[in-house]
Amino acid sequence: MPKTLYDKLWDSHLVRSEDDGTSLIYIDRHLVHEVTSPQAFEGLKIAHRKPWRTGSVVATADHNTPTTDWDKGIEDPISRLQVETLDANIREFGAKAYFPFLDKRQGIVHVIGPEQGATLPGMTVVCGDSHTSTHGAFACLAHGIGTSEVEHVLATQCLVQKKMKNMLVEVEGKLGPGVSAKDIALALIGQIGTAGGTGYAIEFGGSAVRGLSMEGRMTLCNMAIEAGARAGMVAVDETTINYLEGRAFAPQGEMWDRAVAYWRTLKSDDGAEFDLVVRLNAPEIKPQITWGTSPEMVIPVDGRIPDPEKERDEVRREGMERALVYMGLEPNMAATDIKIDKVFIGSCTNSRIEDLRAAAQVIKGRHVASNVKLAMVVPGSGPVKDQAEKEGLDRIFSEAGFEWRQPGCSMCLAMNNDRLEPGERCASTSNRNFEGRQGAGGRTHLVSPSMAAGAAIAGHFVDVRSAK
Amino acid sequence: MEKFTRLEGIVAPLDRANVDTDAIIPKQFLKSIKRSGFGVNLFDAWRFLDHGEPGMDISTRKPNPDFVLNQPRYEGASILLARKNFGCGSSREHAPWALFDYGIKAVIAPSFGEIFYNNSLKNGLLPIVLADSEVDHLFHEVEAFPGFRLMVDLEQQVVATVDGGTVYRFEIDAFRKHCLLNGLDEIGLTLQHADEIKAFEEQHIAQQPWLFT
Repeated sequence: MPKTLYDKLWDSHLVRSEDDGTSLIYIDRHLVHEVTSPQAFEGLKIAHRKPWRTGSVVATADHNTPTTDWDKGIEDPISRLQVETLDANIREFGAKAYFPFLDKRQGIVHVIGPEQGATLPGMTVVCGDSHTSTHGAFACLAHGIGTSEVEHVLATQCLVQKKMKNMLVEVEGKLGPGVSAKDIALALIGQIGTAGGTGYAIEFGGSAVRGLSMEGRMTLCNMAIEAGARAGMVAVDETTINYLEGRAFAPQGEMWDRAVAYWRTLKSDDGAEFDLVVRLNAPEIKPQITWGTSPEMVIPVDGRIPDPEKERDEVRREGMERALVYMGLEPNMAATDIKIDKVFIGSCTNSRIEDLRAAAQVIKGRHVASNVKLAMVVPGSGPVKDQAEKEGLDRIFSEAGFEWRQPGCSMCLAMNNDRLEPGERCASTSNRNFEGRQGAGGRTHLVSPSMAAGAAIAGHFVDVRSAK
Repeated sequence: MEKFTRLEGIVAPLDRANVDTDAIIPKQFLKSIKRSGFGVNLFDAWRFLDHGEPGMDISTRKPNPDFVLNQPRYEGASILLARKNFGCGSSREHAPWALFDYGIKAVIAPSFGEIFYNNSLKNGLLPIVLADSEVDHLFHEVEAFPGFRLMVDLEQQVVATVDGGTVYRFEIDAFRKHCLLNGLDEIGLTLQHADEIKAFEEQHIAQQPWLFT
């Protein structure tokens, strides 16, 4: 029977299954960061258990780390303790690789895994972080888990799972200029909602997806969780293989050839059946902007803020009204009339080199608008930062009035000092516009890197397609 | 994990869709390296008018009188009634820890974020999926009758009004139910299959040796 990519990944990691479908699947790569792991390591210690295979663990500190003044260390004592706890746990239990705070290769866990070649096609990848779906871009079965599951994977190398359903999101055609993977993701979520993917593993396919770089595919898979799906994935092709060749932890020599031969089988078979197929027409996708407090509250850049009075569903209408009050917006207002206070370019969604290049291209030779209090770029990792500096992107950003920061999760979730003040409005390349996500009372509009850059220059949202 | 068998308690209605785990427990409280003590900051940004930070004395905080859990009629609630996609977003297990620590032992909603759903079951917190219409009906009942209580019986997989007049059946995976009913340690259960895991691992190494270098 023809299989989907997800079926193949599932079958090749299935250790055992109960009659009701409850299964143990083997985990190849376990990514660990400081926020969701301390209680898991503590649990192991209390139960006198040892990790099953520390060679599967790749760890970094990213959520709490500051993006300025690295010479001063971590000032917040509670954050510092959490990062030091990770240091101590890795020292005690071991790992294949650890990129601690201040390491040149440190960065956002979902940026450094692929960058180091620690994420390889055909792997099962888990991390105590919902955006683990990112790694599915490499034809991995990758998803976020909770801390109890982190402990379970450490102790048993397995996850207790039931098989999900298969969804194919097919994006055909060519994306217009100024339209990126982020816009595909937001347009999809606008169409199927934040619970549309619940219970599914999503495979992204179609010519528009095959046309994306690995960076773009990572952005797309990253946002699968915002559509409710724990896992998103893309089949292996030349783009995947070219990206991985020569990476630090990728196989080499004869082993590389053997791996590549296997990786080429990692795609859905012709005729494989999906439980649900969603189609998007790439040329019709416009740059997207979220207007509310859920990623499904999204409109195209030439759109207007919806009017709750036209919504017939009572729960939805009340949700829209609440979101408009929180966001300080009026119905029917044009998206391009929304003025912003801050700009954040970064996060595991959009902090890779291609994202920084896209933003730099928009701002080159221009300056951040006077009403923008802070515009910042937070590269996803040390190597991304180095690469950008080699290309002179840091100068383009600095000359335009952006702050060029050290890598980390930063203002995507504002666990460090990078945050919005109450009422501040931000054009953000991150993934969640939830109430308070970027700081209590802060107002987040999710956009692509070039849209964030365009907004920084104009002081309000602009259609980057016509601004060019 | 604490066993979950039966529960009878006051129901608090949280009438919003897509309640995310950032709302359930905001990021500033995730810096803790412990599993306990999150209840005082459950729904912090909604429950309090002042901004909360770790370590604040709760007696000095300003509760938001409009927030459902601060209303006297819902005091002591152990069942939360919610709308679709409850617990979406971040995988933070601090969300079920905070709910449980506060005293919520079951959440009823038409659907849940998947990671939250899983995390809850591993912490003795029962997420119950009922149909939209059933949840709607319960919202009306809670609104109409102060002190409205429900009874949850996991063994029977039912939610019922205390007079037994209304009974809703819910589905739950047999394995999860077994673990909850008996308060079982899932790691211990999995390690009973250690030989199978080892056998799988050896075959996996042979097939994809590059994963183990």
